[in-house]
Amino acid sequence: MSLTHQDVARIAKLARINVSDEEIAAVGNQLNNIFGLIEKMQAVNTDGIEPMAHPQDVSLRLREDIVTQTNQREAFQAVAPQVEKGLFLVPKVIE
Amino acid sequence: MTNATLKQLSQQLAAGEVSSVELATHYLDRIEALNPQLNAFITVDRVRTLADAAAADAARAAGQAGLLTGVPMVHKDIFCQQGWKTSCGSKMLDNFISPYSAHVVEQCNAAGLVTLGRANMDEFAMGSSNENSFYGAVKNPWDLNAIPGGSSGGSAAAVAARLTPVATATDTGGSIRQPASHCGVTGIKPTYGVVSRYGMVAYASSLDQGGPIAQTAEDCALMLNVMAGFDERDSTSLERAREDYTRELNQPLAGLRVGLPREYFADGLDADVAKVIEDAVAELKKQGAQVVDISLPNTELSIPAYYVIAPAEASTNLSRFDGVRYGHRAADYKDLVDMYEKTRAEGFGAEVKRRILVGSYVLSHGYYDAYYLKAQKIRRLIANDFKAAFEQCDVILGPVAPTAAFNIGEKSGDPVQMYLSDIYTLSVNLAGLPGMSVPAGFDRRGRPVGLQIIGNYFGEAKMLNVAHQFQLATDWHTRAPAL
Repeated sequence: MSLTHQDVARIAKLARINVSDEEIAAVGNQLNNIFGLIEKMQAVNTDGIEPMAHPQDVSLRLREDIVTQTNQREAFQAVAPQVEKGLFLVPKVIE
Repeated sequence: MTNATLKQLSQQLAAGEVSSVELATHYLDRIEALNPQLNAFITVDRVRTLADAAAADAARAAGQAGLLTGVPMVHKDIFCQQGWKTSCGSKMLDNFISPYSAHVVEQCNAAGLVTLGRANMDEFAMGSSNENSFYGAVKNPWDLNAIPGGSSGGSAAAVAARLTPVATATDTGGSIRQPASHCGVTGIKPTYGVVSRYGMVAYASSLDQGGPIAQTAEDCALMLNVMAGFDERDSTSLERAREDYTRELNQPLAGLRVGLPREYFADGLDADVAKVIEDAVAELKKQGAQVVDISLPNTELSIPAYYVIAPAEASTNLSRFDGVRYGHRAADYKDLVDMYEKTRAEGFGAEVKRRILVGSYVLSHGYYDAYYLKAQKIRRLIANDFKAAFEQCDVILGPVAPTAAFNIGEKSGDPVQMYLSDIYTLSVNLAGLPGMSVPAGFDRRGRPVGLQIIGNYFGEAKMLNVAHQFQLATDWHTRAPAL
């Protein structure tokens, strides 16, 4: 497997990370080296093996449907890049 | 005072030989003098630390002191701590003053421990050398040309340089054990689910686990008593009764079955490291342990499996850094997507971006089965290897890393070479088992080498017992670098 520049651009888009045209060749090389390492998995027969998502086979707990947290909007918005009237501001998405 | 252990400091405080303010002042002065050459800290706040120490002294005067009240400590910069900058080694969080505290921090505060500062680390805990920090590389106190290991390099270097008696750390693929090994200190990664991940900035959630780094196994046991425990705010925190991790420390090792995995002593292991581990095993045999030859046949596959699973989980976890609710936001952008892309390109370092890109790819449509699902199947094979091995032995011993600390810059240009050095630690995280590193000697260049002890699920007390008995008979853990 070898990722092309188009592949890298597509992945960068999926990841929402801007990769400039100047960077793309170097990033592509590094990713191809990493996938060279990862491809070693493909030689292993894993037929019939149950995938392991998690170290412990425990089911997720349910909690009581009660209020446990107090409103801390001001504390949480104190670290936000841009807020107004208690709202987080982002660039306009609907014209 | 400088070389005192957590236990000794707790006794000195209880006896009234020293106050918490005096202790904090001593360590803050050492940090001020030595940190410029080590870069082990991201944040130090003398005023706040001394206020906390004074409060600890007041609590003691009022008869409200616990075992560790007033003892100074350091938190890895990955644990959210209210009112402290929690950067996780990243430009992305350089402006993030945490509005809340992690469960681990709450537990340490409740125990009366006093925070000296926040330890440097690889950005978002991604790295094996601490060269990936936005705040610059941490230096190994034993040799300033060497890496301290990663990602908890600041925690390990701070304990080694005696800038703190103890530090918190986290381990996703070896990030407690490998820096502990490289810096000649003791560290333990508990069984997955024992220490709450609440407020611990997430890297790979099915692998991340917090634990302590200290001089001795006994100190690690005391710290684990503080850090461990059920927390309903972490959905994978295990509901288990509290245990005393010091309870087995003094048991003799006669009859202990020690497994040595063939694959951990094969090609690629440095001769000096092999000799240190052989000597350590010989010491345990002298104490009555029996050695069992075991096999963990899928060890090599832990590298590709880990470097699929961890980046996949990282790409998901780190999607929260979008420049909207906290952290860095790019200055100029034309629309929302442009803001995301520029914010993340500017805020993340090269290694973090690489892992997010790998993760985005292996989870993308059409590739999920070939990579992510395949890696999860191999993860099962690796866990099964350990399951079979633990039918024949009580603990598994081996090296932590193929070599002692390498030089700064030696592998930073080649991510794959860096990944390969994680061979002996990754599988423990994939299986969710506890693992620790104990100082066991030095290589030809005088760089520390750690002995890895791997336990069965919830085998922490047994591992700490083995480590403590080893430390009663050896003095590697008492050696400190000349600074």
